[in-house]
Amino acid sequence: MSAPPPSNDAAPPGAAVLLIISVVSAFLAIMGAGLTSDPIFRLQAETFALACVLAAFALNAGLSSGTLLHHPDRYSDGVIKAGVIATLFWAAAGLLVGVVIAAQLSWPRIFYFPELGFLNFGRLRPLHTSAVIFAFGGNALIATSFWVVQRICKAKLAGGIAPWFVFWGYQLFIVMAATGYLMGATSGKEYSEPEWYTDLWLTIVWVAYLLVFLGTIWKRKEPHIYVANWFYLAMIVTIALLHLVNNAAVPVGLLNHKSYGVFSGVQDALVQWWYGHNAVGFFLTAGFLAMMYYFVPKRVERPVFSYRLSIVHFWALIFIYIWAGPHHLHYTALPQWAQTLGMTFSIMLWMPSWGGMINGLMTLSGAWDKLRTDPVVRMMVVSIAFYGMSTFEGPVMSIRAVNALSHYTDWTIGHVHSGALGWVGFISFGAIYCLVPWLWKKKEMYSNTLIEWHFWIATTGILLYIAAMWVSGIMEGLMWREYTPQGFLAYSFIETVSAKHIENIIRTVGGLMYLSGALIMIVNVWRTILMPSEAVSEQTPAPLATAIA
Amino acid sequence: MSVWKHHAKFERHSLLLIIGILVVVSIGGLVEIAPLFWLQSTIEKVDGMRPYTPLELAGRDIYVREGCYLCHSQMIRPLRDEVERYGHYSLAAESMYDHPFQWGSKRTGPDLARVGGKYSDSWHRDHLVDPRSVVPESVMPPYKFLAEKELDYRDIAEKMKAQHTVGVPYTADEIANAKKDLEAQADPFSTDAVGLRARYGAKVVNRDFDGDPDKVTEMDAAIAYLQMLGTLVDFKSYKAQAPENQR
Repeated sequence: MSAPPPSNDAAPPGAAVLLIISVVSAFLAIMGAGLTSDPIFRLQAETFALACVLAAFALNAGLSSGTLLHHPDRYSDGVIKAGVIATLFWAAAGLLVGVVIAAQLSWPRIFYFPELGFLNFGRLRPLHTSAVIFAFGGNALIATSFWVVQRICKAKLAGGIAPWFVFWGYQLFIVMAATGYLMGATSGKEYSEPEWYTDLWLTIVWVAYLLVFLGTIWKRKEPHIYVANWFYLAMIVTIALLHLVNNAAVPVGLLNHKSYGVFSGVQDALVQWWYGHNAVGFFLTAGFLAMMYYFVPKRVERPVFSYRLSIVHFWALIFIYIWAGPHHLHYTALPQWAQTLGMTFSIMLWMPSWGGMINGLMTLSGAWDKLRTDPVVRMMVVSIAFYGMSTFEGPVMSIRAVNALSHYTDWTIGHVHSGALGWVGFISFGAIYCLVPWLWKKKEMYSNTLIEWHFWIATTGILLYIAAMWVSGIMEGLMWREYTPQGFLAYSFIETVSAKHIENIIRTVGGLMYLSGALIMIVNVWRTILMPSEAVSEQTPAPLATAIA
Repeated sequence: MSVWKHHAKFERHSLLLIIGILVVVSIGGLVEIAPLFWLQSTIEKVDGMRPYTPLELAGRDIYVREGCYLCHSQMIRPLRDEVERYGHYSLAAESMYDHPFQWGSKRTGPDLARVGGKYSDSWHRDHLVDPRSVVPESVMPPYKFLAEKELDYRDIAEKMKAQHTVGVPYTADEIANAKKDLEAQADPFSTDAVGLRARYGAKVVNRDFDGDPDKVTEMDAAIAYLQMLGTLVDFKSYKAQAPENQR
């Protein structure tokens, strides 16, 4: 056993070290900015330097005034509060960019600006996907995992100042990536666009995240690691693996923003979609299943439906997901044996996916009445329903014959959004609606009516979005392959573009509705935080008598 | 019953759980991806493939920078309508020097794998500057700034060196002459074009791609890249049915 905790509060361990690292990093980044002849690298280095300087000032102020305190016997909730706020901020930003690019495709004469090339679709689209997946989704995952791992392990977050480093380091990663895209710094690989130095920075932050998470598990006062934490852990470990392999690259120079990936052509394609599909499988599925496994049972006050089902579907899900990447490459120059393997495992993936859905939905056994009374429960249940829907649609689209029609079309976009808006978005919103009153010590959210409004506006928005994309995707797929009786192609490509105009507009409206729902939520959360509090922050329970391996 | 009890080991030992996760998630990737690096049949044997000229490489970097791959695929599937619309289906060999690959995943615009030579340089310039001036229903963004911005190719030799490091067979001669070759390809009257063709093949044409003789712009590079897309492989000598090309 370690030494007994100090009786009075001190500065968090590692704060002074982090201060020194910030100063040194700021110095190095300023050197880099001064020495480079590459304007994009200079701006990125300056951004990094500014962040380091701000961090140094904040740490210095906190340490010298004695306000930066570490309470060894209290849960670390400050970093989770920050995470919740960041999640909502990035949700609004990412959704807004999505609405803008949807509007660009609907009304290109209005929403493109020839003098402002950095606002073109090609630069905003990675901004949208990264902001929604990594900024909104990532912050939701980090914040909820920090809550869940502490409560389940009955231990304070490990690492002293490290959780705050993870939080702010992750925000810096997002800012570096986002401003980089606008300037034209991109590796050109979908969902993995940040350039080499941003990738390196994310690696450091992610390893710190893994250590904080694991360190907390090691301090646990419960012998068992609960199922939610298996999923979080699988997410953290596998994302690290995917990130390192897919982003392996050689920079043009140490002071040059540009790099070239080590893989090329067909190998690069499969590595990319191994990464891409498992960003879905581990970031957007395993991580959010972890959220489901904690927040749904908590909210409905029922145990998880089946412990054995959770074991089976956990191992099956993470084993099978990894194989599914090649279904993004049907009928391409990828060898057919790899395509067939990808398709086979994608279809098998249906079962463990639905294992998760069943386990989530059936947890409501005996508490179905809450669907009527509690809009947060309804939101989470609809989220699981969307999870089930899109994990059925996915295997169907992975069948080679279906994919011949659906690939390259809007159908894929619709599929992604039923998963992202329906599943990922709603389970995160549900978790945050649970978390906000717990974190800020309020009895409940400011307004249930606003949650109702959020739920209905957003749900209608999703339905408009995905229905429009089904219609336009299947329509353009059919038009591309349509022949005249004389045996000529029936449509020129541009005819298939103009045919989608109405669907593009419906999609924009659907996205705008989803954004409006998120804005309503932000108001609701803000008003909740302003409400008078009930009690001070919660203490961790006393340690058990025996140590745990 | 005992099977379930054994699982408790994973639930009680975090390192065992991590090792279990790592083993389980590694299998699929190893089985699917690793063979692509040593199976000789993965990439067909073709005539005509060569690394990009310096100007084309600069153009390709612009293509990646602007996110063109988010709306345009470069992968023609062996389906009747695609082959009739775009040309011969794409071969793995055609992207063997592509770091990163640009096959794309979405066709908001048409496939570009064989766009080279289909339109004139001036059509490309007009279309990139204002897409709706030539295709009224287009939803493509305008790229007027490419025509105005001078190409920054100070680091072109370093870029080719980095490409060489990741496996593109640029020769020392090609890297040493990078700037000269780049300027030669954008100048219809260049005397250095002989050297450019000696290094990259007789099919390389030096011309003023953007119609602006005063400077080498990003538009020059982008059009030079677009005009060579899909034109390298000699399909007269490619035998699709030959056993070595069966995959």
